[in-house]
Amino acid sequence: MAKKVIMAVSGLIMVGYLLAHMYGNLKAFSGMQAFDEYSHHLRELGEPILPPSGALWIIRVVLLVAVVAHIWAAVLLARRSWTSAGVNRYETRRNRRGIQRTYASFTLRSGGLVIALFVVYHLAHLTWHWIEPGGSSPSPYGRLVAGFSVWWVVALYVIALLAVGFHLRHGVASALYTLGAGTTATARQVIVVLSIVTALVITVGFLLVPFSVLLGVIQ
Amino acid sequence: MNITLRVWRQAGPDTEGHMETIEVPDVSEHMSFLEMIDVVNDRLTLEGKEPIAIDSDCREGICGTCGVMINRQAHGPVRATVCQLHMRSFDDGETIDVEPWRADAFPVVKDLVVDRSAFDRIIAAGGYISAPTGSAPEAHSTPVKKADADHAFDAATCIACGACVAACPNGSAMLFTAAKVTHLGLLPQGQPERGSRVLNMINQHDEEGFGGCTNIGECTAVCPKGIPFDTISQLNRDMLGALLRGE
Repeated sequence: MAKKVIMAVSGLIMVGYLLAHMYGNLKAFSGMQAFDEYSHHLRELGEPILPPSGALWIIRVVLLVAVVAHIWAAVLLARRSWTSAGVNRYETRRNRRGIQRTYASFTLRSGGLVIALFVVYHLAHLTWHWIEPGGSSPSPYGRLVAGFSVWWVVALYVIALLAVGFHLRHGVASALYTLGAGTTATARQVIVVLSIVTALVITVGFLLVPFSVLLGVIQ
Repeated sequence: MNITLRVWRQAGPDTEGHMETIEVPDVSEHMSFLEMIDVVNDRLTLEGKEPIAIDSDCREGICGTCGVMINRQAHGPVRATVCQLHMRSFDDGETIDVEPWRADAFPVVKDLVVDRSAFDRIIAAGGYISAPTGSAPEAHSTPVKKADADHAFDAATCIACGACVAACPNGSAMLFTAAKVTHLGLLPQGQPERGSRVLNMINQHDEEGFGGCTNIGECTAVCPKGIPFDTISQLNRDMLGALLRGE
């Protein structure tokens, strides 16, 4: 049970991070100067109380702990579920998709893997600069525009964001239930709506920027 | 009507099982599913074959003894126990796949019969109240809010059939455990043991080898008693509360 609480809390931390990250990305619509200033400001956040990049490193450490905890709990819980239920438990081929479960609920494990792989690629591209599709640039805004001008960069982004959307559609609601919310039928309906809205806002919010670059709205 | 059954046959707990195809002609659409199995078993016995082992008791949908997967749906296409499911719910000429509940904590005893004593041990771990015996106390001396009484009663209708476990993709018995935790936790008589009850029952649940709940809700979709999904949130809330209070 403790693992499920870890799963829920670490997941919600990451949702919070995604919302902040999406807000930052949308600064691309304010132009190169605003975006680069924002990007630079992240490194000065919390100064002079914190050392340079201090706040950024706190965010990175919290996030890293959340990611590791989330994956660790997911692996243990998945293994337990495979033992408890069995992998090919019923012989019949009928009703394999369950009675009422959502499509999103099937994608938690596979989608989580897709997201994890994407995050590694994403960091390699825009944080570590190991790969520079579309060409390099000293400006974060320049790297963003150069990257999203390449079709396959956008395609990978779309795949990852759809996985994130389905992950959140089920994950946000599930996390809240695990933390004891939704003890009435009405509260549960509110939570379902909240999880759908969160999934849509994050998926659409993140996809606005790459498609704007691809369509030439952001240059 | 005529149907074809594909039934799981397994001679004992340690033997390999397989699906057996049995043609069943002349079935009345008014028969319950169990009565249809009775007819099949009569015919098998007359042919000198081993009848299909299946659990049943009250045959009026209140004891929770019968229960099998029919076309991978716990208790079949109608939200009731197998004894309350009638053959009119199937099509003439249909092939019906019948399998036992499947979960690590529910080992198959024979054919469609599984051992559900893990449920008894979860109840023994905390699904009770401790009260001094004697004559029944005056009902008005412990008022219960109508909403709480209704909610507790909804949860109390659980008949421990095990459909929730069979339907759960994780083989979790969370709905069963949550029903009892909610039933007793919402009533004044259940308060003294509210914290220890949820912790002990969850520990026993995990020890029995049931999986973790992923809040998918397949359990509530097949529960013949309509135990609401929100009981699981209530269990989680009670459990976190008890842990935070250091119980």
